[in-house]
Amino acid sequence: MSSTADTVEREKNLQGIGCSRKRKEDPRFIQGKGNYVDDIKMPGMLFADMVRSPHAHARIKSINKEKALALPGVHAVITAEDLKPLNLHWMPTLAGDVQAVLADEKVVFQQQEVALVVADDRYIAADATELVEVEYEELPPIVDPHKAMDPDAPIIREDLVGKMEGAHSKRLHDNHIFTWEVGQKDETDRVFETAEVTVKQEMTYQRVHPSPLETCGCVASFDKIKGTLTVYITSQAPHVVRTVVSQLSGIPESKVRIISPDIGGGFGNKVGVYPGYVATIVASIVLGRPVKWVEDRIEHLSTTAFARDYHMTGELAADKDGRIKALRVNVLADHGAFDACADPSKFPAGLFHICTGSYDIPTAYARVDGVYTNKAPGGVAYRCSFRVTEAVYLIERMVDVLAQKLNIDKAEIRFRNFIKPEQFPYTSAFGWEYDSGNYHAALKKVLEAVDYEGLRKEQAEKRARGELMGIGIVTFTEIVGAGPSKTCDILGIGMFDSCEIRVHPTGSALARMGTITQGQGHQTTYAQIIASELGIPSEDIQIEEGDTDTAPYGLGTYGSRTTPVGGAATAKAARKIRAKARKIAAHLLEVSEDDLEWDVDRFRVKGSPDQAKTMKEIAWAAYNNVPEGMEPGLEAVEYYDPPNFTYPFGAYVCVVDIDKYTGVTKIRRFYALDDCGTRINPMIIDGQIHGGLTEGFAVAMGQELIYDEGGNILGNSFMDYFLPTAVETPHWETDYTVTPSPHHPLGAKGVAESPHVGSIPTFTAAVVDAFAHLGVTHMNMPHNAFNVWKKIHELGLDKRS
Amino acid sequence: MAKQHISFTLNGQKVETLVEPRELLIHVLREQLGQTGSHIGCDTSHCGACTVDLNGKSVKACTILAVQANDGEVLTVEGLAKDGELHPVQEGFMQEHGLQCGFCTPGMLLRAYRFLQENPNPTEEEIRWGMSGNLCRCTGYQNIIKAVQYAAKKMQSA
Ligand code: FES
Ligand code: FES
Repeated sequence: MSSTADTVEREKNLQGIGCSRKRKEDPRFIQGKGNYVDDIKMPGMLFADMVRSPHAHARIKSINKEKALALPGVHAVITAEDLKPLNLHWMPTLAGDVQAVLADEKVVFQQQEVALVVADDRYIAADATELVEVEYEELPPIVDPHKAMDPDAPIIREDLVGKMEGAHSKRLHDNHIFTWEVGQKDETDRVFETAEVTVKQEMTYQRVHPSPLETCGCVASFDKIKGTLTVYITSQAPHVVRTVVSQLSGIPESKVRIISPDIGGGFGNKVGVYPGYVATIVASIVLGRPVKWVEDRIEHLSTTAFARDYHMTGELAADKDGRIKALRVNVLADHGAFDACADPSKFPAGLFHICTGSYDIPTAYARVDGVYTNKAPGGVAYRCSFRVTEAVYLIERMVDVLAQKLNIDKAEIRFRNFIKPEQFPYTSAFGWEYDSGNYHAALKKVLEAVDYEGLRKEQAEKRARGELMGIGIVTFTEIVGAGPSKTCDILGIGMFDSCEIRVHPTGSALARMGTITQGQGHQTTYAQIIASELGIPSEDIQIEEGDTDTAPYGLGTYGSRTTPVGGAATAKAARKIRAKARKIAAHLLEVSEDDLEWDVDRFRVKGSPDQAKTMKEIAWAAYNNVPEGMEPGLEAVEYYDPPNFTYPFGAYVCVVDIDKYTGVTKIRRFYALDDCGTRINPMIIDGQIHGGLTEGFAVAMGQELIYDEGGNILGNSFMDYFLPTAVETPHWETDYTVTPSPHHPLGAKGVAESPHVGSIPTFTAAVVDAFAHLGVTHMNMPHNAFNVWKKIHELGLDKRS
Repeated sequence: MAKQHISFTLNGQKVETLVEPRELLIHVLREQLGQTGSHIGCDTSHCGACTVDLNGKSVKACTILAVQANDGEVLTVEGLAKDGELHPVQEGFMQEHGLQCGFCTPGMLLRAYRFLQENPNPTEEEIRWGMSGNLCRCTGYQNIIKAVQYAAKKMQSA
């Protein structure tokens, strides 16, 4: 007879959903047994290094390889001229543009790839890059996106001259990429004309870089005899890379094997295909030897995908009680010299139109214009779902601006505008269908936890004494889990994801997914899902990802899509197995399927619980005693095309104290409440939130890729590019509510990006709030001491009496 | 370039090899001696992913020439566990979820190993400063601090 205690014990043994199971990947990492791309060593392997442009914009007059080739140990110097006969000097980007693999007659950003040197070791390769002589004729660069469409602006992309039909719209200028409009323009304009109150705010979201601790690289190995190509690569989307590599090289996809081994962080930076990868693959094909290329940090920060660089103007129309009637947004997006954004094909500004946020805004319109500049290409989602960080930043800033204009408390104005729990599923003015949410409850809980009233009282007292204290409040909604293939594809491939599970005769299991972990702990959490669904202990479930020869095709891990899409595929694959297991159990117990019920790890006969077959017993039977007509074995594959996105949300509060004389901002308190629906592993969720908050802190308080007027990138090493250490990083307080997603098989929504998306506007809100009583409505990031001090000084607050 | 003969103790074992005078210790460890646990994360001595222990001090192996290790004693992450038993810092990182992608972890562990000998009973503030030569992009440090506290406690009671 199964008692409750017995059930609890069996459930505990599974270590399934909801358990803070310790990570499966840790033992190898803490003992130095990780296997990252740069750890790969193959017999006969050569090293590649890149010759890069010192100029932001210049014509290449000549390239002389002789001296480099004369250096002992150098095997090849590859330039665009060598790639031309193979038609590999340009490659398609994910955004419908093309990008030079190696500079073709012209360089269009500083540090652009000009030639690949291949040598016996990395020292010789580095020496040889210095010996490649490139003669340039400098051209005037465009650095400021606002000047890109000036009538006399120099043309950056000569390859596109005359092609005025872009991938997404008509191009208005040779340096224009697209115009993208969404929402109801006329209706929005009309609401603004008649509104009781309107506010307008310009803001710049600076260019930043995800900068995972491991840079990008690959080891390519072409086997001339078999005609097969194997590439170890730092990729968040190995299957897509395989398709791209096959299309580019003409090698059949069945002979291309892409392996993403352990990855040292991605944060959106490792989604795209970079010139270094392609050039290295060509080198291996040409030389018939394995070739390794791993970029250094300066190359990484200067050339691989940046994020943001959005120049936004937001406007709100409201009544005098602060109820929002309409939102209008205009964005100028700097995409650099090639449009290498990583967005679903149909969305040149990603999911930016989630910018109505958590609020019931009846009318909205947004327009985004993308332009070319002489800067590195990119525009990826840095720990967020495509442009959602920008969207959330905009709306959260605008709600604060409106609150200040009307003198309404910043928490109160949110309560007045929230989508109400009973309105879900809610369709936004831009047409998104929000799956579930309970924003009121979340904000209420946070305000109580931080004693919001007490904080405002303290702030009033401090203001009276001339001290600067700020309280930032943000209530964000994310849109993650891209996505339904009817709207989302990458290079024409629907954004589904997949899982394949095999249960072995003795009851352990192997599962493979189309996603790839970069630190999120997939080997731990996927096993928990299967454990709960199949009653097999997590410990007995092996998870594998990242090898395209073995894993089913999937679109990869970014945009918080692993749990919403891959996790759903996993649950559904497991359910297929359970359905078969039920039939086998019925056969073994000689009862009808309908007489059985699931009990943690077994099927038992209803009303007669002693009659049961455990999953382990069923697994054995699947290989020797199945019902007549049934195929043996216990395996399933699921390709899951989600019916909708998921919409995680949260409420954050940040309290800062600012030193009037130095501009140093001290984060006194940061309280983050996240609702990601069903929680699979609370320990890992907390870890992801700490990490996301810290990356948000870095962006808001210090990160910026700065270019001077000549297009020289300033600050492309860790000397200048801000990565917080343990000393600067604040202490984080985390909390949660649970509002499951109604359409996800587990009710889970995805979590790792919310803290990044949500925290950035919270820091800005807190810093601005410290000056709000002085009429300040917005301050651009980064809020480093110098920038904050400039505001203090401008306001004359630093005068000593 | 003419090579130089060096020998040193690596994780308790004597090793000998030929290196160019300009070769960095991190490259020799990773590429010649097959100890790929220590990583490379930057070019400016900031990230600490390459941190190893040399003659009783934490060093960034990307900022040390291999010839400087001659006759010395080097400890890397591969040598932390003894007789199949994890060192308390390794255990702490695992128990407190002090790692995610694992790329910074070997450097963090080696720094924590040395730091706890310099300061066996540190405050949180002291841990934050003591570990500030090592960057992590994933964890936000909060659990790394807990991991170091866990190890400190375990080492005290041992
Ligand atoms: S590799 Fe970054 S400090 Fe050594
Ligand atoms: S765990 Fe990824 S950098 Fe620290």
